[in-house]
Parts: sequence; structure tokens; C-alpha cells
Amino acid sequence: MSDLLRNILRFAVLILVQVYVLNKVPHLHRFIIPYLYFLFILWLPFSVSRQWLLVIGFFTGLVLDYFTRTPGLHAAACLLIAYVRPFLISILTPKDTTEFNYREPSPKAMQWTPYLVYVLVLTLLHHGYMVFLQWLSFGSFLDFIIKVFATTGISMLLIITVELLFPRKLKFRTNTA
Amino acid sequence: MRNVFLFILRYKTFFSFLILQVVSLWFLYTYNKFHRARFLGIANEVTGRVNTQYNKVEDYFTLREENRRVHQINDSLLNLLPKNYMRADTGVQLVQDSIPFDTLGHYRRYYFRPATVVYNTVSSQKNYIQLNRGSNHGIKDNMAVLSSDGSAVGVVVGVSPNFCQVMSLLHVQQKVNASLKKSGDFGTIEWDGKDPRLLTLKGVPKSIEIKAGDTVLTSTYSFNFPPGYMVGTIAEVVTDKSTNFYVLKVKPGAKFYSLQQVFVVENLQYAEQTALNQEARKRIEDPKKNPK
Repeated sequence: MSDLLRNILRFAVLILVQVYVLNKVPHLHRFIIPYLYFLFILWLPFSVSRQWLLVIGFFTGLVLDYFTRTPGLHAAACLLIAYVRPFLISILTPKDTTEFNYREPSPKAMQWTPYLVYVLVLTLLHHGYMVFLQWLSFGSFLDFIIKVFATTGISMLLIITVELLFPRKLKFRTNTA
Repeated sequence: MRNVFLFILRYKTFFSFLILQVVSLWFLYTYNKFHRARFLGIANEVTGRVNTQYNKVEDYFTLREENRRVHQINDSLLNLLPKNYMRADTGVQLVQDSIPFDTLGHYRRYYFRPATVVYNTVSSQKNYIQLNRGSNHGIKDNMAVLSSDGSAVGVVVGVSPNFCQVMSLLHVQQKVNASLKKSGDFGTIEWDGKDPRLLTLKGVPKSIEIKAGDTVLTSTYSFNFPPGYMVGTIAEVVTDKSTNFYVLKVKPGAKFYSLQQVFVVENLQYAEQTALNQEARKRIEDPKKNPK
């Protein structure tokens, strides 16, 4: 399967799961909304240029926004993580190996610990910025803090579960081939 | 000048980040102000179609409960049919027609249209509901929405040709006039954005005796909601010492979790009432511009 097709399928599945499963789950608690769709941005191939990352991030958020009737909210948060992603990857991975051997960020490509740090930082940024924008128009500060950490916690749980349940079969690419 | 271009070119990723960020914030804040999204007309049609497909499946899960409610309201409506009544004189038959005026001077004030919910959330602080009826079916902004058993659900805030967007009672900016069934005193139904199982009724003076379990109905003073329909029952009375008003926690009558069939209610005099309201306010509150 080509990278493009794989990512389009992944986008459709993640958005539909977010809109029709996670947003529909019976209300758990007022602080907890399970979010998973931004995994699409975390899983984009290394080869995507920074400009394209921004555009893809923006439109991923916007598509979800039109389903949840909050235009701009998720788009702004996705844009932020799409912007930060390349910096984080270059900090967390030794440059000479990863970019050539694997296509996209995964526990296998980056080792578990750096990968989890990568996911945690971007999840915190995404939720922090999104809840911050909501909080500007409504809510108290304590609510804001608790909501960011609770939502990040549940997202981390979901992402780790997804990684364990659906290990991606990534080909090890060598320069010789 | 050349250096400026070079600077922009060098940091082009950062600048496109800034520009897109500004665009999304602009979307967000214009929407919050007017409850209208940019390009929502087109997006509404697309997401509406996807939602309709999904809803076909989801409907089966709540079918039993929904059937019971529809049956209940059918039952009460069947009792109102004119053919249930007959005059003693067999030569004359009571005929009721659907034109706005009848011979006794009754006129039609509210018109009910059935609709199906295609998308609905309760987990956000600003919950919207999407219905499968739009301007093609005569839906307009500010119409009231009642659930299948006649409880208040929300107000229409956006319309596209085939779908309409309803601001649920579970929305922190929603304000609906409601009154107590027992005493008739009125207040405002709001939502604090915390627990979707509890609404808040504010503005009821402390001079009235209120117990948990009292019924709250839609008020006669509302422009869009027909009077006397269920809003909920009082779950808890919170006495706020700083004011002369109660803060009442209300358990909503509508089941927001499993909403399927709803009624969109049109007040046929809505335009006239709001126009009069606005005109009178303008004339009295701004007398310099509008001398008597």
C-alpha cells in the first residue's frame, strides 16, 4: 500500500472513530473527553515537508471542527502540534539512522521511551491549547488545569492501547535496496 | 527591501503557521459571536449526509425506548382528535379544519413539525443537535425544539437547505424562559457546563416555597417555546445567601443522551412579537432620536 493511500485511509478511520465512537461515548466525567484523532498527525511520515505538515494539520482539525460545530478550535490545536512536531523529532531521534530506516514515527523506529515522550509532549500541547481556547470564553482556572491533565491522561491511555493492539508493520528500509 | 523578502522567505514555515493560526482563531471567534460558522452551509450538507447514514444504524439501539415514548404521545394525541367528540344533535357534525381561524375565533398559534436527530453530543460545554429538516421544509431560526414526549430540547440557531442546527439546552450560552407549574413564577433556565444531568433555574424569588420534585414548565412569556411543556423537575434547591433569588438545580425532562424523534415548533406570530418588542424598546429607551 502506498504511503498516500495508507494515510488517507488512516485519516478517514480516525476522524470517523473520533466523531462516531469517542464523542458518543456516554458522558464519563465533565473533565474527560477522549481524544484520539490527532494520532493521524503524529503518525505522518518523516518525509512530509514542514509546509505540508502545517496544511495537513490545519485541515485535519477543520474537518473534525465541522463535525463538532466548533470551527477553528481543533484546527488551531492541530496546527500547533504540526508546527512543533519536526523540532521534537529532531531532538528525540539520532538524525542519521531513523529518517532513512523507517517511514514514520513509531515505537519501533524511535524506541519506546523517546516515542512516548514525543506523544506526551504533543498531546499536552494539543489539549493544553485547545482547552485554553475554550477556557478563554468560559470556565474557571482550576477546571482548565484539571481538564488538560485528565484529557491528556485518557488520550495517552488510548494511544498506548492503539500501539499495542495494532502494531504497524513497518518495513526496514536500507540504503542498498 | 530585499532583506525583508529574504527574511520572510527564510522563516516561511513560521509565517504560514502564524497565518493559519490567525485564520483558525478568526473562525473560532466569529462563530462564537454569531453561532454561524464560515462555510457552514456547505459543511452542514456534507457532515449532515454522513451523520444521516450513521444515524440509520444508531437508531436501532434506542428503538424500544423511543417506541414507548412515541406510543405514549400518540395515545394522548389520539384522545384529542375531533372525531372523539360528537354533538348530541345527530344532524350536525363537528368539523375542525386546518385554516388559522375557526368560527369560534380560535386561531392557530403554534405549528409542530416532526424531525429526526442526526447528530447530537452531550460531552462538550457547547452542545449542538443537528436535525434532518431545513429551510426546504420551512424551518427558520429561533424555532423551539421539543422532544418526542414534549420536553424542551433547544432552539434552532442555523439552517441549511436540508438540515438545521439546534442549540441544545446543554449549551452554556442558552437561556430559556421557564415557570414553576405550582405557582407560575418564572425564571431563566441556564446550564453551567458541568453536569449534563442538571440544568440551572435562576431568577425565582425566595419568597416562594419550593420543594425538590416540583415541576418546571416552559413559560407563557417565551417568544419561541409554546407554554406549558415540560422542562424538568427540581432536583435540588441551593439557597444563595448573597441574593434574593434561588439557584435551582433542574433535572431535564428530555433525555439528551438518547434523543431521536423531536418536534420543531413554530410560533406563527414570532416575527410580529419580536418586531413590536424591538420597536417599542427603541422608541422608549432612545427618545431623542424618536420624538413623540
